[in-house]
Order: sequence, then C-alpha cells, then structure tokens
Amino acid sequence: MGILDIYLPIAGVSLDVVWLLVLGAAVGVLSGVFGVGGGFLLTPLLIFIGVPPAVAVASSANQLVGASVSGALAHWRRGNVDVVMGVLMLLGGLAGSAFGVWIFTLLRRLGQVELVISLSYATLLSILGWLMLVESSRAWLRRRKPGQPRRKLHQHNWLHGLPLKLRFRRSKLYISALLPIFLGFFVGVLSAVLGVGGGFIMVPAMIYLLRMPTAVVPGTSLFQIIFVTSSVTVLQAIENNTVDVVLALVLLVGGVIGAQLGTRWGAKLRGEELRALMALLVLAVAAKLVFDLTVRPDNLFSVVGLDT
Amino acid sequence: MRLWRSLFCAFVLLGSIAPARADQPLLADLSSHLIAITTGFVGTSVTLFGATDGPGDIVAIVRGPERDVMVRQKRHLAGLWINALNVTFASAPSYYAIYSNRPLGEVAPANVAALHQMGISNVRLDLRDPQTPADRTTTFRAALVADQRGQGVYAEYTQSVSFLGDRLFRATISFPANVPIGTYLVEVLLVRNGNVVAGQTTPLVVSEIGVNADLNDFAYRFAALYGFAAVAGAVLLGWLSSLPFRNK
Repeated sequence: MGILDIYLPIAGVSLDVVWLLVLGAAVGVLSGVFGVGGGFLLTPLLIFIGVPPAVAVASSANQLVGASVSGALAHWRRGNVDVVMGVLMLLGGLAGSAFGVWIFTLLRRLGQVELVISLSYATLLSILGWLMLVESSRAWLRRRKPGQPRRKLHQHNWLHGLPLKLRFRRSKLYISALLPIFLGFFVGVLSAVLGVGGGFIMVPAMIYLLRMPTAVVPGTSLFQIIFVTSSVTVLQAIENNTVDVVLALVLLVGGVIGAQLGTRWGAKLRGEELRALMALLVLAVAAKLVFDLTVRPDNLFSVVGLDT
Repeated sequence: MRLWRSLFCAFVLLGSIAPARADQPLLADLSSHLIAITTGFVGTSVTLFGATDGPGDIVAIVRGPERDVMVRQKRHLAGLWINALNVTFASAPSYYAIYSNRPLGEVAPANVAALHQMGISNVRLDLRDPQTPADRTTTFRAALVADQRGQGVYAEYTQSVSFLGDRLFRATISFPANVPIGTYLVEVLLVRNGNVVAGQTTPLVVSEIGVNADLNDFAYRFAALYGFAAVAGAVLLGWLSSLPFRNK
C-alpha cells in the first residue's frame, strides 16, 4: 500500500507511483553522469519491490531506451557524441549479442547458467573497478602535486598498429576501425549472457582501451545503448510478452528528469573524479554479487511459477 | 476478450450447480461474482452470505486457478550458495483461502479435513515427478506453503464467519492486490458433528477490466507491434523530456 497505487497490467501487481518515479529518477541520474544504462541496478530493485523477474528485465530495457535517448540528446547538444565510433561499436555489438545468445543457450544446456553469470560478472567487475580506482586516484594525486612530469597524451602500443585506420574527430583519435568493432562485439557477447545493456563494461573500456577523452565517453555510450535496449525490448515483447509499458513509462518519467540532472552534474565533475566515482560504483556492484554468492541467504528456497 | 471468456466460464459453472430446493440444508451466495482489476486496484473484498437449515459449522474455501510450481533449494558448495535441488508440484492452486466460524480443529476431525482439503496443511500438492524422495517432498512442500503465505495468496481465517442466530451466516472474503487472474471457485461446506452434510460451489471471476485488459490483450495478440510501440513511446518521451533543457 502506498500513497498512490497503480496497477501494472503485464506484471499483474499494484505498486506505488511515487516510489516508481523516485526509483526511475535515481537510475536516470546514474545514466546521465556515467553513461551507463543502469539496468544492473534497476532490474534487481524492481524484483525487490515485487515485479516478477522476467517482467523486470524486459521493462527495464524499455525504460532504458527512453532514458538513453534523453541522456544522449543532452550530450549531443554539448557535442559530446562520437557518432562514427558509436556506429562501429554498435555493428560489433549486434554481432556479439547474437553470438552471446548462442553461448547462453549452450550454458543453459550444461546447467548452472546463473552461477556462471554471477561468477564471471563478479570477477570482471572486481578487476575493472580496482584498476579504475587506482588509475583515477593516481591521476588525482598527480594534479594535486604540480611540477611532476606530465604523462604523454596517450601511449602507443600494438593496438595502434592495426590496419583500417580511421580519424575520429570528436574523440581526437586516429585508430583502427577494428578496435571499436571488436570492443562492441565483446560487450555484445557479455550483455547477451549477463542480460544487461553493457554500459558498465563499455564505459571503462572506452576510457582505458580506446583512450577516448572522458567527456565524450558517456554520450557515445548512451548513443549505442539506445539501439541495444531497443532491440532487447522488441525481442522480449515478441518472445516472452514480458514488457510492461505502464511500468516502463512511469519509470521513464522519473528517469528522464534524472538523466537531465545527471548530465549537468557530470559536466561539472573532472575526468578523474568521474572515473573514481564510477570505479566505486563498479566495486559496490561486485561486492554485492560476491556477498550474495558467499553469505548464507535468509531463505534457501525460491518458488517459480511455471506456465502449464 | 479475456473478460468475456471468463464470464462465459462463470455462467457454465453457475448452470452446473444443483437447482435450489426449498428444503436445501445450505444456501449461499456472494455479493459479487466478478472482481474487476482496474488501474487503481489495491485489493478488494466481497461478502459471502447464506442460510442453513439448523445449527452447524460453516467452512468456505476460496481456490484460484491451478498451475505448476517449481521450488528450488540453495546449497553450500565450494564456498558458494547455489541452486542445487528442485521439486516441481503439479496443479498447485494459485490462491487458497479458508474461512470458518471457529478453529478448523474443532470443526472436523483430521480425516474429514483432509478429504475436503480444509486448511493449508491439507491442500493437495501433487509431485510432477513421482520418484521424488519422500523426505525431500516434506521440506519443499513446507517451503512452498511458507512462500505463498508470505505473499498472502495462501491464508487461513478461522473465526471469520459470523452467525446471525442459528441459521444466517456471513463472512467478508478479501483479496490482496496481487490476486492471480482467472476463474475461482468458492466452496461453502456445512459441517455438523464433524461430518460435511451439505456443500455448495460458487464461481468467482478475477479479471482485468478496461485499459489494462486492452493493453494485455494487445501485448499478446500483436506482440511485435506492441514491442515497436513500446520503443517508440520511450523514444518520444525521452526526446520530449530533453526539450525544456535545451540551450542550457
């Protein structure tokens, strides 16, 4: 019972509108600041307040479409979207998610797909979060102590030797077109297997692997997430009938306001501060996953209704 | 469409009930046979009322549509808590509530209660796989019942049926916001000296009405169109929302 309950037709439950708006806004802020979709937070929160898991996953994807459109437009007006980069990553991403779905089916046939997902997710996020935290705090300390030699703009390594070089004007990079395609492919595989938009892995990879300027990263990531979440929404609607538009639109009203605010707050933060905050967020999610896997749950049993 | 189908079922069921006779020991009905779920639905209640031909106990059992349910148990393996065992129950009621005028133990002996599935402990839960070990069945059954009780879809309300004199009775049958959709059966039993002497079954339909029902229907019948519309709606809302923030 809440202040103003609304009945969700596909989910089949009544929830408080005010709570849903707050939830949407909170996730929207994250999406605007960091350029991550926020599905990794939204989905478990929805399940927690009583939405059936399958509906939570599909409706989150639907709400993320709107939130990322809103966020990407805000970044676009600031000139912070590298469209060429985004399109290349998207191409890789679509191929990657098809491959990921194949792996997912294979894992399910072997059993314990949930365990594989949680473990690989926890490992990946722990490493990623830790690396980002160390790097960003070093950068922050370096800025506090002037006089130290400034690092080169970016180091050259074997990645720069790859063919099909392209000039990315917005990102101020001259790198192989294969790099964003491969990155998109890799993230596509992960997002299909882990069931998230993949902004979480994409954002750090754009910063550290492609060495894109931090300012351009959230907008480009959101641009790409629009298409990934759109295809997920349509596929879920066709395959499972689990997209609840009422739920998605209520979350979205909160989400778009949050995304606009987030974009502004993000613009006020320095690059290394943004990266440090992002690192803490990544580590928090990893800690939660490890906690869930290793600490004895209150209730060992779970009940799943099956369609007959 | 869903509503009409449900109503049709309700009429068929109504027709199957024995015609009322003047000397019937038990007569009962509900104040409404339809629970309409609209956008503002937060749960509701209907009144069960009726008359008997003399003193006795009244037990009313409300059962929702049946479906298969899988119960999973986590185990500690190699330092991790993972889903290790599962048991599937076939045709478990999605909703079960029992109302009576005094505690069930005082109304009927155990064998009668078991026969008529009086009380949550007597709800019939069959195993889909008959090979399941018996000791496992007991713990998984208890887990399922505890979960359904926690969600408010399995409940016992003893001392909730009140008598007006010896013959007239009434009870308030309440449904939570998460009530499953479908055709329900309300079984009213008259128990005298521990024996069920009369019974009557009344249907009750829980259905989505109006915009909700239309949306649900659309989502299932035109799934692809629904998916594209959902994306288009989200894109539109995302674009509209960014307009006021322009040039800032």
